[in-house]
Amino acid sequence: MIETVASVGLPIDEKLMVQKNRLIPENGLKGGEKRISIVTGTHGDELEGQYVCYELQRRIKENIGCLTGIVDVYPAINPLGIDSITRGIPGFDLDMNRIFPGSENGSMPEYIASNIIDDLSKSAAVIDIHASNIFLEEIPQVRINELSRDTLVPLAKLLNTDYIWVHSSATVLESTLAYSLNTTGTPTLVVEMGVGMRITKKFGDQLTDGIFALMKELGIWNGEVIDPKEPIISEDGEVSFINAGKSGVFAPCVEHWKNVKQDDHIGDILNPLTGEINERISAPTDGIVFTLREYPIVSEGSLIARILA
Amino acid sequence: MKEKIVFELNSVYRDNMRIKGYSFGEGENSACIVGATRGNEVQQLYICSRLINIFKQLEHQGKIKYGKSVMVIPTVNSHSMNIGKRFWSTDNTDINRMFPGYNLGETTQRIAAGVFENISSYQYGIQFTSFYMQGDYIPHVRVMQTGFEDIELAKDFGLPYVFRRNARPYDTTTLNYNWQLWGAKAFSVYTSATDSIDIISAREAINAVLSFLNKQGIIQYRCHEGYISQFIEGHSLISVKSSTAGIFVRRANVDSRVKKGEIIAEIMDPYTGEIADRIIAPQNGIVFFHVNQPLIYSQTPLFRIIPTDDLV
Repeated sequence: MIETVASVGLPIDEKLMVQKNRLIPENGLKGGEKRISIVTGTHGDELEGQYVCYELQRRIKENIGCLTGIVDVYPAINPLGIDSITRGIPGFDLDMNRIFPGSENGSMPEYIASNIIDDLSKSAAVIDIHASNIFLEEIPQVRINELSRDTLVPLAKLLNTDYIWVHSSATVLESTLAYSLNTTGTPTLVVEMGVGMRITKKFGDQLTDGIFALMKELGIWNGEVIDPKEPIISEDGEVSFINAGKSGVFAPCVEHWKNVKQDDHIGDILNPLTGEINERISAPTDGIVFTLREYPIVSEGSLIARILA
Repeated sequence: MKEKIVFELNSVYRDNMRIKGYSFGEGENSACIVGATRGNEVQQLYICSRLINIFKQLEHQGKIKYGKSVMVIPTVNSHSMNIGKRFWSTDNTDINRMFPGYNLGETTQRIAAGVFENISSYQYGIQFTSFYMQGDYIPHVRVMQTGFEDIELAKDFGLPYVFRRNARPYDTTTLNYNWQLWGAKAFSVYTSATDSIDIISAREAINAVLSFLNKQGIIQYRCHEGYISQFIEGHSLISVKSSTAGIFVRRANVDSRVKKGEIIAEIMDPYTGEIADRIIAPQNGIVFFHVNQPLIYSQTPLFRIIPTDDLV
């Protein structure tokens, strides 16, 4: 059943609608069923979650008899952004994931954010699916604020991702959807995978398998599920960042999600005007490249890679 | 006047971005004034360029007080200004959400770090900034409630209002907030315009800064001392929202007095020209802010009104 979570009139004959689809057991609800919510499309250039929303519902509908709880799917909480290939909220140039929990009396983005929070609250679990932006490729991973570690790591392990990153609390994260929900008692897992403006089907299938495993654990699904893979779990101190020291064109010479040794050649920053190498990038430590630059043009400071020691 | 490159960003495809600071006087770091951090903050750039011109004359006349110095940085984001983009030209991040910065981090973190390293030690920090919604304000000084704010000092600008609001999580990475954490007395000055030049409100802001610096004993400058500022808090303002979308026809300007029940705007159906909604003042007051876009969404806060019986 499709429901409208938030609606705002646009100036000329159009409504902005944030919609969800609710799937329930075929014999209806008896009361007391748990609910899982799948949210994506916060950033209009992150599309990996679109396939997951489709695939999850396709599989549920094929075996609807196995559904024992409620599944709410929100494919686009920034629908204008997705439609116009805009990362933020068009018209405001605002990052939607920096305005939560929003405000009923605030501007249009804050009003929508407030309605979304109200609708998601009290879910047994929320999965907030992000791709990376257009600049970086990420392996499927769950990112967890250290403040929510005890509640979320056991749930995250079921999601069949390769990696769980428990990171420190940064003030900017306090205005995200996940932080707002976690601090008010709704467990919310942030998934990052793939790259912006693309859909990586194998990552989508991998995560969908994991969501079914989590649903089974929560009592929302009683069908067959996979045995989730054992993820690597790490904290900030084990992650090394490589940033560009020069601007130019980044040409990698390592593959994503591969092991490297300290001083291995990661890639070069090329100068197309002079035909010279502006900077040779080397691995600062032994480890796995779990984030790798996808978009070639870099400025001083652009993130090139993250390595998990 | 001394011109200094505060931070330089090299680029392969464009000229380097040089963030320039202009210093006047010799001695302690007394006051730093920062203009545009976003690419559309043209009014903020204009005000700083006028101030630099005035400080140059004052210095020539020996009117920067002995042992004091002032620095003005007209913009920290000329790359975005030159291509008409509000946020950073490549990744769309906001430099005013990157302070205190990180010199080994991403590009805008490095810019913020390079700038902040040069300005964090000033006694007074003044930033000309803008709001994310397009609209007009009564010129005012804004302070964030951090525990370090100084309302009485803010009144020395002589602007009509000193406005205090609670710091939200995302505010903790602004220049103003970090200046305060590093011990500066920090103020944000809002004028009536952002992406266009409003000469009258710019002149008011310039006079406010010069008046403030004169009162702090940093410069010697005879000027009108301005208003006896009234202090208002964010939660005391009345927000008036649109219930419908359409063409916004405004009837009340900033700084105008409105009466309870008065029609202060109409929203017109964009196809038929009929009035879809009339916006009514809910209370007697003074218009502190209004949006200035011709097309508006429903649920948009159109006006913020200072209730006249609520002034402190």
